[in-house]
Amino acid sequence: MRKRLKVAGPPLLLLAPSLILLGIFVYGLLAANFQTSITDSHNAAQATGQKPTNVVGFANYFTLLGTGSFQHSLLNLLLFTVVFLAGTMLIGFTWAWLMDKPSKGEGFFRAIYLFPMAVSFIASGVVWRWLLNSNQGENASGLNRLFQILGLDFLQNPWWNNVTFGIVAIAIPAIWQLSGYVMALFLAGFRGIPDELREAARVDGASEWQLYRLVLFPQLSPVALSALIIIGHMSLKSFDLIMSISKPANYQTKVPAVDMYVFKSSFDYSSAAAVGTILLTIVAVIVVPYLIKTNRQEQR
Amino acid sequence: MTAVDASAAGLGPVGPSVAVPAIRPTKSRFSVGRTLRFALMIFFVLVVLTPVYVLVVTSFKGAGDATPARAWALPELWVMDNWVGAWNALAPSIGRSFLIVVPSAIISAFLGSMNGYVLSLWTFRGANLVFTLILFGMFIPYQAVMIPLLQLMLGAGVPSGVPALILLHVIYGIPITTLIFRNYYQTIPGELVEAARVDGSGMLRTFWSIILPISIPSFVVVLIWQFTNAWNDYLFAVFFSSSQNGPVTLALNNLANGALLQDYGISMAGALLASLPPLVVYILLGKYFVGGLMSGSVKG
Repeated sequence: MRKRLKVAGPPLLLLAPSLILLGIFVYGLLAANFQTSITDSHNAAQATGQKPTNVVGFANYFTLLGTGSFQHSLLNLLLFTVVFLAGTMLIGFTWAWLMDKPSKGEGFFRAIYLFPMAVSFIASGVVWRWLLNSNQGENASGLNRLFQILGLDFLQNPWWNNVTFGIVAIAIPAIWQLSGYVMALFLAGFRGIPDELREAARVDGASEWQLYRLVLFPQLSPVALSALIIIGHMSLKSFDLIMSISKPANYQTKVPAVDMYVFKSSFDYSSAAAVGTILLTIVAVIVVPYLIKTNRQEQR
Repeated sequence: MTAVDASAAGLGPVGPSVAVPAIRPTKSRFSVGRTLRFALMIFFVLVVLTPVYVLVVTSFKGAGDATPARAWALPELWVMDNWVGAWNALAPSIGRSFLIVVPSAIISAFLGSMNGYVLSLWTFRGANLVFTLILFGMFIPYQAVMIPLLQLMLGAGVPSGVPALILLHVIYGIPITTLIFRNYYQTIPGELVEAARVDGSGMLRTFWSIILPISIPSFVVVLIWQFTNAWNDYLFAVFFSSSQNGPVTLALNNLANGALLQDYGISMAGALLASLPPLVVYILLGKYFVGGLMSGSVKG
């Protein structure tokens, strides 16, 4: 339908401000960051340019990836992402499924499930820090106290103070905050499936499970992919929640984004930049194929 | 339960008259499924609102009322001290948040609408590639540009605090605003632009007199999205401002985590105060808020 103009001049002129800004602030800075990451700028004097820096190749990357502390961060990130994704997908889908059939008060339920999305991680972190208080028994408050009240004492646990699984506790507020988003995506997906499709399957004698497995799930898979990509890349960038629930210096719950902040605060710019590039690589591996695929689909 | 519940779904939007009668479950099983579904939805509402209960209740508790034993109880005496304290601590930063968020939302919305227009209605060869390059800026972990960004902003003499944050929210908001507008403009028939073109109207005139007037719904979506995002931002705030000149997320996190002995009453009142503007927007303009969420899924 849409005729493609041969002349790219005027449209590009309109795009120019954005392209220049993004060219500098995204692509230029990504390159500059990589350049910093292959130098030995590890102290304030070098960071401010008072002392020279030398190119050291990938030494910073090897050092980072070789230390237990950063490996712990990467493992935390993996664990966090898996739990965060599984939780939001499961709960988001369940909510969408529950609301698939229009019912009275649907707007109310949707509004409640979705509202945490409007709140900042910093604000919700304040209350989750209290809820996830690690004290147990007499001194317990937060969820541990609630478990006592409900007679579920065995559920009490140290939450984010556990060295190996502490990060999973941080995933709980993240799930609380973003399940509604996944629900909204799935709900749109459900509503996008023509009713005739369901009816046809029923007339053909499909059981409910077959209806879901063979008709609805395939229709929902693009939505599920979008949700996975969006939640996944949010998870890789997660920083705010950890800053507000546990403190940045907290070993149990640190992730690469927190390491990056700590390095920056001590003027170890090269290590900070290297962490940034590592994060970028992880994100790009996931996002670039998705962007290319989306682009191809549109051109068809 | 699953089967009963789901078969009720087919009766949904099309209304009972269209449903195939033979497959319709018996009346009593139908209502059991519906009751169960409703009970589940209520249960989830309670879970989602638990942190809200804690926030509200704790924010009204007096100093001596916050013992672990009474953690989940209502206040013995409802007092306003925490709210007054939180307001005094956060008021200046709330003002600065508005100063940051309002201009950056407006500017990035305009840039986004220009880009979206050129990338969908007045396109040129290679527009898809340009769009993908712009979109990638949405997915990068900002940690991967932070170090050179710090140096660039310092070198360019952009003052930390409000000016720096406006600039950054505008720039890094371009990808999402472009995406939302492009998705919206793609639903506009190309003939509209063709007709204008035949009438001799140029690119800019067509944009001003034909496209902008019908873009209002998209503007609402984009403004809300940018408002909420920038309001809730913590990452840029912690790198490019201090508690003296930064937004409310930074001030809140300092209020909540700064003191040696955590005062949950005042920090929870603060968390509620800091969340109020986006929540008000969400409650009043929820429909558009969801619209923004949906466009986040690239395909829209």
